[in-house]
Amino acid sequence: MKQQRFESLHGTRWEALQEWLDPKRGSKPAAEDLPHLYRQVCHHLALARRRHYSLALVERLNGLVLRAHQRIHGARAGLTGLWIQYALRTFPRLVRTEWRLVLLSALLFYGPMAGMMLAIQARPASAYLVMNPMELANIEDMYDPAAHKIGPARHSDTDLMMFGHYIRNNVSIDFQCFATGLFFGLGSAFFLVFNGLVIGTVAGHLTHVGLGGTFWPFVSGHSALELTAAVLSGAAGLRLGVGLLLPGRLKRLESLKVAARRGMRLLYGAAFMTFTAAFIEAFWSSTTAIPALTKYIVGIALCALVLFYFLALGHGQTEEAAS
Amino acid sequence: MLDTTWSIETPEGITLDLRVAGPIVRAQAWLIDVMIRTAAYISLGIVLAMLGRAGMGVFLIVFFLIEWFYPVCFEVLGSGQTLGKRVMGLRVLCEDGSPVSWSVSMTRNILLTADFLPLAYTAGLLSMLLTRHFQRLGDLAAGTLVIYADRPLESKAMEAIEPLSSHVHLGLAEQRAIVSFAERSQTLTTERAQELAELAVDITGATGAEGFHRLKRIAAGLRGAP
Repeated sequence: MKQQRFESLHGTRWEALQEWLDPKRGSKPAAEDLPHLYRQVCHHLALARRRHYSLALVERLNGLVLRAHQRIHGARAGLTGLWIQYALRTFPRLVRTEWRLVLLSALLFYGPMAGMMLAIQARPASAYLVMNPMELANIEDMYDPAAHKIGPARHSDTDLMMFGHYIRNNVSIDFQCFATGLFFGLGSAFFLVFNGLVIGTVAGHLTHVGLGGTFWPFVSGHSALELTAAVLSGAAGLRLGVGLLLPGRLKRLESLKVAARRGMRLLYGAAFMTFTAAFIEAFWSSTTAIPALTKYIVGIALCALVLFYFLALGHGQTEEAAS
Repeated sequence: MLDTTWSIETPEGITLDLRVAGPIVRAQAWLIDVMIRTAAYISLGIVLAMLGRAGMGVFLIVFFLIEWFYPVCFEVLGSGQTLGKRVMGLRVLCEDGSPVSWSVSMTRNILLTADFLPLAYTAGLLSMLLTRHFQRLGDLAAGTLVIYADRPLESKAMEAIEPLSSHVHLGLAEQRAIVSFAERSQTLTTERAQELAELAVDITGATGAEGFHRLKRIAAGLRGAP
C-alpha cells in the first residue's frame, strides 16, 4: 500500500487519538474505545516503519504513541496511606534489615567521636589536631553560660531563623553523606569520620574547659534524633557503595539501581528525623529558662523512644518487604 | 541511523524511538534554571527582609525547599520538564518510557551532589560522556534519561500533482529520500529546494525549476494516489 492511501485510510484514527491527548477547550474526549484505538495506532506505527514510509509520518506516529503510552502507563497510585505505612512499618524494618551497614556507619561515626573525647581528656592539646584555636574560641563563646540564648550565632535571638539555619545545614549534610556514597562508599565514610571527629572535639574541648554545664543540656534534647539520622544517612550512602562493589547476581548497574531505591527509603526517614531534631534544637534546646535536669530527662526519654521505635516496631506481619 | 536514539519496547510490542540529549543542551537548561532560582531568591529576600529576623528564618527554609525540591516538583507535576528544560525543549523520562515518579525524581536530584564533585559537575560531565546515553550519575542510579521533547515535523499537505514514474531504478533509501524531500520542500526557499533537487539530476534529467518539479512528480508517484 502506498503512503498516500495509508494516510487517507487511517488519518481519522490518528486524529481521534490526538484529540484524546489534547482535548480542545470545553469538550470532553470520548475514551470508550481507547485501548482499541491505542493498539490500532501502535499497529499503524509498526506498519509505517516496516514499509519505510516517509520520516515525517513515522515521527508523527512515534510522537503520538509515545505521549499516549505515557498517559496510559504512567498513572501513579495515591500516596496518602503510604506515609503511615512507611513510618510505622517499612522504615524500622528496613533499618533492621540493613543492620550491618548501620552498625558500620555507627562505628565510623561514634568511634572517632568517642576517641576524640577520650584523647582530649587525656591530653587537651589534641583538640588542635582537628580545629584551630580561633574556631575553638568561637565555640566557647557560643556556649558561654551568661548568654541569653545558647548556640551558634548568638546575636540572633529569633528561634525561627535558627530553625531555618539548622534545617538548611543539617539536612544538607545528610544528603551529602548519602550522595557521596556513590563513590564506592568512600565519600560517606569520609563524611561520617569527619563529622564524628568534629563533634567529638567540640564536646571534649568544652567539657575540658568547664563549659560542659551549658553544652550537655543543649545537645541532650535533639542529639538522639540528629545523631541517629546522621548514622542512617551514612548507612544509606554505604548501601550505595556496597551496591556498586558487591553486585551479587545482578549486573553492576542494576545492583546500583536497587541499592539507590533502598538507600532513598532510608534517607526519607533520616531526613524527617533531622527535620524534627532541627525543630527541637531551635525552639527547645537553646532556651536557658528550662533547668538542666529537665533537659536531661527529656533527652534520655527521646533516646529510649528512638531505640524502642527501631527495635520494636514493624514486627508481626510476615509480608514480603518490597525491595 | 544516529546512535543517540534510545529504543523502548512497549507492552504493545512496538518500539518507540527517543532522541537522547547531550551535555551541552543539559548544561544550558541547568543555567537557565539557576538564573530563575536566583531571581526568585533575590525577590523573596527583598520581601522577607522587611520582616526582620523571622523573615530571615522563613527565607532559609524556603531556600532549602526550593534548592532541593524545585526540580523534583517540576519533573513530577510538570510532565518531566523544569522551566529551564522547557525552554530548551528537553524532558526527563524513566528508561521504560513512563513519566518520573516522586521517588525516582528525588533520587536523581539528591544525587546531584555526587555529580558536583570534585568541582563544577566534573563527575556528572564525565559520566555523561562515558555512558552510551548521556546519563549522569544521578540518572544511572535512578534509571532516567533526558530526551528531546520533539514537536512533530511540520508538513503541510502536498498539492495535487501529476505523478511521474522514474525510468531509473530507485533503491529503498533513495525512495525515502525523495519522498521526504518533497514533503520538506514546502519549508525551504525555492532557490534552496532547486539547489537540492540538482543533486538528483541523474534521476530527473533536468536542472533548476524543471528538475525540482519533476522530482516532486516522482515523489507523488512513489506516495501513490489518495
